[in-house]
Amino acid sequence: MAMNMKTKIRNFHQAKWDEPIIYELSSPGERGILIPTIEKEIETVVGNGLSKLSKNMLRKQAPNLPELSQMQVLRHYLRLSQETLGADLNVDVGQGTCTMKYSPKINEQLANSPKLTELHPSQNENTVQGILEIMYKMDLFLREISGLDKFTFQPGGGSQAILAIVSIIQAYHETNGESEKRDEMITTIFSHPSDAAAAAVKGYKVITIYPDEDGLPDVEALKKVVSDRTAGLLITNPEDTGIFNPKIAEFTRIIHEAGGLCGYDQANANGILGITRAKEAGFDLCFFNLHKTFSSPHGCGGPATGALGVTKEISKYLPVPLVEFDGENYYLNDNVSDSIGKVREFYGVIPVILRAYSWVMSLGSEGLKEVARTAVLNNNYLLKKVLKIRGASAPYAKGRHRIEQVRYSWEELTKETGVTTEDITCRMADFGFHMWSSHHPFIVPNPFTLEPTESYSKAELDEYVSGLKKVAEEAYKSPDKVKNAPYRSVVHKIETDSLDNPSKWAITWRAYLKKCKKQTE
Amino acid sequence: MSKKKNIVHPYIPNSVPEVKAKMLKEIGVKDIDELYEDIPKNLRFKGKMNLPEPLSSECALKQHVEKILSKNKTCQEYISFLGGGCWQHYVPAVCDEINRRSEFLTAYAGEPYEDYGRFQALFEYASMMGELLDMDVVNVPTYDWAQAASTSIRMAARITDRTEILISNTISPDRLSVIRNYCKPVIEVNLVECCPETGRVNLDDLKDKISSKTAGIYFENPSYLGCIENRGEDISDIAHKWGALSIVGADPISLGIIVPPSNYGADIVCGDIQALGIHMQYGGGLAGFIATRDEERFVMEYPSRLFGITPTSVEGEYGFGDVAYERTSFAEREKGKEFVGTATALWGITAGVYLALLGPQGIQELGKLIMQRSQYAMEKISEIKGIKIPSLQTAHFKEFVVDFNNTGKTVKQVNKALLKQGIFGGKDISNEFPELRNSALYCITEIHTKEDIDKLVQALDEYLNK
Repeated sequence: MAMNMKTKIRNFHQAKWDEPIIYELSSPGERGILIPTIEKEIETVVGNGLSKLSKNMLRKQAPNLPELSQMQVLRHYLRLSQETLGADLNVDVGQGTCTMKYSPKINEQLANSPKLTELHPSQNENTVQGILEIMYKMDLFLREISGLDKFTFQPGGGSQAILAIVSIIQAYHETNGESEKRDEMITTIFSHPSDAAAAAVKGYKVITIYPDEDGLPDVEALKKVVSDRTAGLLITNPEDTGIFNPKIAEFTRIIHEAGGLCGYDQANANGILGITRAKEAGFDLCFFNLHKTFSSPHGCGGPATGALGVTKEISKYLPVPLVEFDGENYYLNDNVSDSIGKVREFYGVIPVILRAYSWVMSLGSEGLKEVARTAVLNNNYLLKKVLKIRGASAPYAKGRHRIEQVRYSWEELTKETGVTTEDITCRMADFGFHMWSSHHPFIVPNPFTLEPTESYSKAELDEYVSGLKKVAEEAYKSPDKVKNAPYRSVVHKIETDSLDNPSKWAITWRAYLKKCKKQTE
Repeated sequence: MSKKKNIVHPYIPNSVPEVKAKMLKEIGVKDIDELYEDIPKNLRFKGKMNLPEPLSSECALKQHVEKILSKNKTCQEYISFLGGGCWQHYVPAVCDEINRRSEFLTAYAGEPYEDYGRFQALFEYASMMGELLDMDVVNVPTYDWAQAASTSIRMAARITDRTEILISNTISPDRLSVIRNYCKPVIEVNLVECCPETGRVNLDDLKDKISSKTAGIYFENPSYLGCIENRGEDISDIAHKWGALSIVGADPISLGIIVPPSNYGADIVCGDIQALGIHMQYGGGLAGFIATRDEERFVMEYPSRLFGITPTSVEGEYGFGDVAYERTSFAEREKGKEFVGTATALWGITAGVYLALLGPQGIQELGKLIMQRSQYAMEKISEIKGIKIPSLQTAHFKEFVVDFNNTGKTVKQVNKALLKQGIFGGKDISNEFPELRNSALYCITEIHTKEDIDKLVQALDEYLNK
């Protein structure tokens, strides 16, 4: 029977294969792939190739890897893939802050072309003009989108881009002889945890601004903490609440007046492409997640790219090399006077850059704006619908519209039923949905964060809302049903205590076997 | 109302005007512009983004991008001897089949209730790496070897509560640059010399430099220049004697035949998994691993996610989840260990598939084959008049230095000549290691047949001596 089109609730069951751990499938002697045989002539010259290796360096026992034939390996992993609910399969609006949008298949085809996959990063520049052209042009695109002056794609994710931003801010103050004095980095509690954490890695004392009554970072609080010790500001806008901070230019002005630099974490850029930019808000640096806003798939958590842009004034600190064009040829420029060095080996996660380039080429200037406007439309539509669900609320900025996402709360529902966000997440899995809570700490109690992007149809948004509504109703009617979920997932309620217990946690199969053995002894 | 032309784009279902109108009505506004009411006028971008006209048909888009990509010359079309941190190995078809699966490709950060397979696949990856490395803890992969080494060093500094790291000077310069930036200003980085004759760590220099402020010694095995360090145990002993940790960067594909660093005293092992079934992608295929023993003092210092196996409410069922989540920046922001974010999980899954395909026999045979073929290349190249292979008597794995100082030609000239013969010559390291002057780093893997190597030798000989 197909989904009930009236209730929009699926009689879903996730694939459950009860698939053993790969070691349990091992059968001695089976081979998954064979290795080329050595040519006789080579053997004649060098023998077994191991004679120069001193005895202590020769591995005596082959590593204990599983032994499976090829189709058995394939089948095992296909089953595991079926037990994973990727964004291609579900209405993935429940993974807020992550911009789960459609990753066009044509871009996969292009990224998987041997013309890209079989390139070595140390090839002669004349042989890689195609990929350098794409990197250079993507830089030009992002300059238009941000208003800043130069981009690098070296950081392999948003957090690494944040580290690069902090490194550049540090180098800038070093040039001015102020790096020791300026030992404080300011961020906000609704900005990504890495904005705080990467600053701490670089030795900064982190100052965190909390929201005011409207849910916006408190400008008065900022004024109080800013001083000649301020190195810079790392901030998201809109923050994870989806509320645009109209005073953002005041923030950057205050920091600049104190001698600091301002870094814009544009993880939440999807709703503002072509609408408002880093430049007008006064930022010196920014980054975009090409695996989020620019459509590259998330790959279970990477590979990814944090495309880092800066103003002309501080471009001399960028990591090397930069991709340049001399009017005829594209080339890698290592000659960057005050470069921080490198944050990643080579030049970045190239297939992600290619997909982003292709995505922008498919949409153009008006298309990007349409992406943003539709993402905002979808978000406010979802907001309207979610607020009708009993027990759900959207703290802060009551009655106002949001940009691309909303951090909601089940606080009322939890108070009235005892059912928590975590319980609802488990129950939503029974309907084929994911619902994420929030980064820590939970400033919004029992939070959940929805970000519908531009990719989901009205019907799909309605379906997601039906799922939420159904689970909320169950929470009021039969809370235990929700608390004991999931029932139709791959797995049942997971016991998490052992994961925090050093005598029980097991991060590999061999550790697990050792610890099981110990327990039975 | 906006007077702009309506675009109905295949990636944007609700760009259909009628649907949009319905949704606006539901929200209670007339125009999408009203939804942006919080953005002040002075912050609005009033210009037009200067982007190319879109190629909204998939057909035109494909033609356009393929035309640009066609300008690239690949290592499939040329014979490549480039390595030095990114290597051309054979990628089994099943690796690509799995990492291109929609479910893995497009999943992200779900719970084990929706993303069970992702957790199991990454747990299995760690389990197989653990066997290869003979260690009980392996992280969900980080960005690359450089980041893995940087974090290993930071971990050592926290564990020992010290602030200096000694690094063998044969490390990849790119990697060293990443480490220097990542350590600054908290950890002091000092280099330890290697013996020019053997390419191995100079133990006297190490003994001179190590002190009670040293958090650890970091060396690579095989080194960036391909030499196998056979005194790992001595190095680890020196480190331990001073209360420092032994940190080893290793190429996992070598560990079928070479003893894993944990067996010669390494406390933390790191490296790159790109060789394990991941295409080079112009350097985009890198992913870093970190491994340690299963001791709380190590586990609690990882910044990365660590997936563990655990029971569920149903007896016999395996569950998975984050081990010691509270140590991460996700839980504790700046009070967590370094930071964690999106890195390279898909390549971890892929490397797991690779190790499962190879099995114990495959990984051994592969290591041996690479040893044989690279030694053959070393022998043959060393016979060419004018060319020298330094530390020829030291065991190497996969890579080796070719010294062109007595040929009267620069590496650049040599590589230009080779290019004309359809060959990408070894990586020019004249600038990376000025003391080696005019030298290149050559890389031989299982993909290089005798015919390929002979072709290289002939082309070199012809250019240099005829």
